[in-house]
Amino acid sequence: MITLNDFMIVSVVLFCVGLFIIVSKKNAIQILIGIELMLNAAILNLVAFGKYDNANNGGQMFALFAIVLAAATTAVALAIILNVYRQYKTINPDKVNQLKD
Amino acid sequence: MNLVQILFYLMAFITLGSALVVAISQNLVRSIFMFFVTLFGLAGLYVLALADFVAVTQIVIYVGGILVLILFAFMLSGKEALATAEQQTNRFISLNNLPAFLLAALFLVVMLNVVFKADLNNLQWVKAAIETKNVVPVDGTGINSIGVNLMTRYLLPFEAISVLLMIALVGAAHLSRKEAIKT
Repeated sequence: MITLNDFMIVSVVLFCVGLFIIVSKKNAIQILIGIELMLNAAILNLVAFGKYDNANNGGQMFALFAIVLAAATTAVALAIILNVYRQYKTINPDKVNQLKD
Repeated sequence: MNLVQILFYLMAFITLGSALVVAISQNLVRSIFMFFVTLFGLAGLYVLALADFVAVTQIVIYVGGILVLILFAFMLSGKEALATAEQQTNRFISLNNLPAFLLAALFLVVMLNVVFKADLNNLQWVKAAIETKNVVPVDGTGINSIGVNLMTRYLLPFEAISVLLMIALVGAAHLSRKEAIKT
């Protein structure tokens, strides 16, 4: 039988991999992938607990809303990354360090 | 060890392994495609947590939408971005990545500690749910209550999120237009 603990451990490891990607990578797109990994770890938690709520489906509903919100976030973030690339000719976040042209 | 357990460990291995490859890989395109594998593995884990609808939504939205968007942004950002992305010659554990690695490892230790201390299988409300048969059934009829709940209890968040999604997409399209309005 798979217990709640197993799901939690998988999601904890996934979250930490996402954290590592966000801190170590030098590329905005890879950082975005790291954020998505962390979001997915959180969604896995919601789904695993949502198994014990058949009357209201709280966990699964929240997971659905989180997935849709992640889609909206990614669309806007990629548009911003494209604009940053057009402005600075690089997508390394360390090199994007001035506000004016 | 029954089939469900074997499948769970297989899915967990695929998910975590491909996530680690995403973290280690030097090549941006390869890490994007390994992210694809991670998302499929996660969808499999959702199925094992008896959330088939969430799993299908995950595949449709993440794999069909977000991943294609990321690939498009990557291809539109041109050759120079690819060159700078490949120039960084940091291996998994090099001096540059040591702080990130330490941060992630310590955070992992803290979170695992929390998970084991929380004693999740003996939670009060989980036990109550099992006693009152409030668990999602295995025969696939759980999707009925998702449909009913989405149209009754969660109708307002559903509408709000649809408006929000439309606003975000219009905003993204506006942000990424070719000629910005010069003021």
